[in-house]
Amino acid sequence: MTNTLPLKFVSSNRRVREDRRFVAGQGRYVADVALEGLLHVAVLPSQHPAARIVSINTLEAMKMPGVHYVLTGEELARATEPLMNGLETPNVRRFPLAVGQVRYAGEWVVAVVAESRAQAEDAAEKVKVEYEPLPYVIDSEEAYDPSSTPVHAAHGSNVLLDKTFVWGEVEKHFAESPRHLSFRVVWGRSSTVPIETFGVAAKWDPWREILDVWASIQMPKYSDQIARSLRIPLNNVRVHQDVDVGGSYGVKRGIKQTVIVSHLARLLGRPVRLIEDRLDNMRAGDAHGPDRIFDVEVAFNDDGIVKSMKMRALDNVGAYAGRSPFQLGKPIGAIVGPYKIQSVKYHAVSVTSNKAAQEAVRGFGQAPTNYAIETAIDKVAAAVGLDRIEIRRRNFIRAEEFPYLIPSGTHYDSGDYHTVVAKVLAHADYEGLKRERDELRASGLCAGIGVAACLEPSGGNSSFEPLLNEKNTTSTWMESCRINIDGLGFVTATIHTTSSGQGHETLTATVIGEVLEIDPDQIRIVRPDTLSSLPSNSPVGSRMAIMLGGAAFHAAQKLKAKIVRLAAHQFGCAEKDVVYEGGIVSNAASKKKLTWVEHVTIAHRNFHLLPEGMEPGLEVTHVMQVPTGTQLPKDGKVQMYPCHSFEFHLVLVAFDPEIGKPQIRRYVIGHDCGTVINPHIVKGMTLGGIAHGIGAALLEEFVYDAEGQMLTQSFMDYLLPSSHEVPHVEIVHHCTPSPFTVFGQKGSGESGYLGSPAAISGAINDAVASLGISFSKLPIRIAAISDAIAAAKNKEKA
Amino acid sequence: MKVKLTINGRQREADVEPRKTLLDTLREDFLLVGSHAGCEHGVCGACTVLIDGEPSRSCLMFAVQADGYEITTIEGLAPAPGELSVVQDAFCETHGLQCGYCTPGMILAGHALLERNDAPTREDIVEAISGNICRCTGYGQIVEAIEFAANRLRKANTPRGGRS
Repeated sequence: MTNTLPLKFVSSNRRVREDRRFVAGQGRYVADVALEGLLHVAVLPSQHPAARIVSINTLEAMKMPGVHYVLTGEELARATEPLMNGLETPNVRRFPLAVGQVRYAGEWVVAVVAESRAQAEDAAEKVKVEYEPLPYVIDSEEAYDPSSTPVHAAHGSNVLLDKTFVWGEVEKHFAESPRHLSFRVVWGRSSTVPIETFGVAAKWDPWREILDVWASIQMPKYSDQIARSLRIPLNNVRVHQDVDVGGSYGVKRGIKQTVIVSHLARLLGRPVRLIEDRLDNMRAGDAHGPDRIFDVEVAFNDDGIVKSMKMRALDNVGAYAGRSPFQLGKPIGAIVGPYKIQSVKYHAVSVTSNKAAQEAVRGFGQAPTNYAIETAIDKVAAAVGLDRIEIRRRNFIRAEEFPYLIPSGTHYDSGDYHTVVAKVLAHADYEGLKRERDELRASGLCAGIGVAACLEPSGGNSSFEPLLNEKNTTSTWMESCRINIDGLGFVTATIHTTSSGQGHETLTATVIGEVLEIDPDQIRIVRPDTLSSLPSNSPVGSRMAIMLGGAAFHAAQKLKAKIVRLAAHQFGCAEKDVVYEGGIVSNAASKKKLTWVEHVTIAHRNFHLLPEGMEPGLEVTHVMQVPTGTQLPKDGKVQMYPCHSFEFHLVLVAFDPEIGKPQIRRYVIGHDCGTVINPHIVKGMTLGGIAHGIGAALLEEFVYDAEGQMLTQSFMDYLLPSSHEVPHVEIVHHCTPSPFTVFGQKGSGESGYLGSPAAISGAINDAVASLGISFSKLPIRIAAISDAIAAAKNKEKA
Repeated sequence: MKVKLTINGRQREADVEPRKTLLDTLREDFLLVGSHAGCEHGVCGACTVLIDGEPSRSCLMFAVQADGYEITTIEGLAPAPGELSVVQDAFCETHGLQCGYCTPGMILAGHALLERNDAPTREDIVEAISGNICRCTGYGQIVEAIEFAANRLRKANTPRGGRS
């Protein structure tokens, strides 16, 4: 922290500037981008989970009205490089359209281009594909078995990653501990499922040799990947970043879609777009989330102190790899949660299967891991007969112990977990809440309280990449900002990525306004295209408050320093004797003063008045390195993320035992993300994250049947929480500033989601504990609850 | 097929395929792109428009079926360019949105509720927006926005010096 309170704009309840255009229906999403001569793509999906493509006949489709082209995987593969893998798995080749073989039901086989999407869909139905069905594997354990059919024969097995880390003296700690317990929990395959599907439009200008791309994208190094796949120089790719993205939360990474339309745009000499329909998106947008089995064992004592943990996480990434195995890597940065667990053995396994491909989902694997850790803590509490909150208090890292080094190599920056919990319990009247639960039980309902405590690692260096892949030497994940004060004194600053609702324009303007002491509403924020941009890594990993906020802060400081130096030269005094206040610079001794317009004018028009060596104009850039991110991993350890927000959930759930439909009667969350830059934005992230977690806990799952077909392809089957399912949520704030960021801010983009599934699961299990049953798989759907209760009661009768 | 539609108070005409949805027609033929496609099977509500004042799914209706009805889209709510309606302004006040994709439908649903009930309870609001899925906000600040708008509308209708 380099700034001192009080802050004028940061942390104040200012409006979010982006909202004005959206409430008027004036957002500009990819489907709104009007391009002259635009052609439309529809894709033909595979009906088989695995099959050899014997032949593709496109003759009839080509004759359909409005059709311009029918593209097959073979043709596209000849013209492009395979899509990138995160791990060194060269034989797990991935092309935008299936080549030679389909590997999941729904996988795109052929792309049809026509004057309208409707015509393209009509023609896609006329494409004849002959398949020869092949053996397939859906189940994760089965895929891990060496005897299973490999999804990619050339790779030889379904295992992408099988790596064991041992941090600390695990076996010794287990041997020393008087008590052990083990269990399995399963995180069902769900995702963020934005309401806007993925879409992309591309246009090739052969005379300027520029590929223009407009996309609903949230992806680090997107244009790099386009250039590599299309085998064109990166400076021939111009991604327009002023496209509003209709929600993402991680998954909007449509590289295969982009390669398809980019190739077609070059081939056909016309702009081409592909906007997924809901079925395209659900089945084959390649945007499913973690699909994970945890086997956990913990060693503890009679006081409930957990000393060591062994965890195996088996994740089913589907048919292709991409970056998804890395979702087992990020949780290493908070593998002990908020607890003083001294040693950990972590076995991370990533397997392919004949399901759709997995992509980054909010938290990048952290929410499932938190669910496993929190389940362990609940089980230890039950084993030693302690209250679930008391046991957390006993195991929590204490406020005075920060920075705290966890066994896997990360220093947690700061926190005060005990205080947050105390504030939540006081706010919620925990004793009263327990009485309420007991009264509900007495009235014949099942009722339970759930708790979860967890961390949100934020602002990181993507260090899980080199940790899981030794050939990867990434040690920066920078973000940038440029500020220009124009000749009339108006301020314009830049963001070098797209946004999907996170309010980055508000963030940037607020920070610059704070430093320059000017009204943030007067600052223009623009998004240059990628050819005009500074380095960015897009809004992933809860990083933008830290990294974009940090870059904007440092750029503004540089600008302020330049103004001060310029003024000192005019005043004939030392820079330290110049006072900058509200944009006006003055010197007390000489009583000289320069207004904003005056120093701007000097910088823009009076070179003869500038100090020696100073460039004219008032323009600065700052490219910011991740705080604490200086080293590559060593001995299986790394500083994963610089900042660690904390959240504590307290939930009361009740339901009729016959019906089993959980009603969340009370939801309180304690949230500490350090200094909040915009309270509206942080509140929205937290509430939205909780709603998303309610979906993952109770409703949402991409279910595959034994034949490899996806059963939940529409919003009639894949259920998203509506306003009826999401309760009123009470937020209890706490602020432990991070020592590593400019205002003490930490991340909040994944808040709520990281703990709510664990808390809701805990509440339901508390509600049914007296029946001798428990649920160990998410989502816990209504039917599962009522069926399990009925079975337990029948057993009791018998 | 020729179709005559009344959109945001104006008579508009287009020649559309009978199978073309009202949503696609609004977006492609009239360039009213504030109505969004989310699921195109009537669940998410991103395509919501008002038909004779009632929130309706423009993805489930053919343009030819809309002949003769009064259609209001999000573009019809702002009183003037750069000026927001009370409901729109309330969504800005409470930050009742993030990515903005569901927002037009959500605002129209809230607008329709307040047209018929200027003192809705929390339950009324939850019910009114329950056909519109928002993936960003968890609905909390949307409910607050509609409560805030209701309050302002009621106050605006109170005579000066009258009851507060």
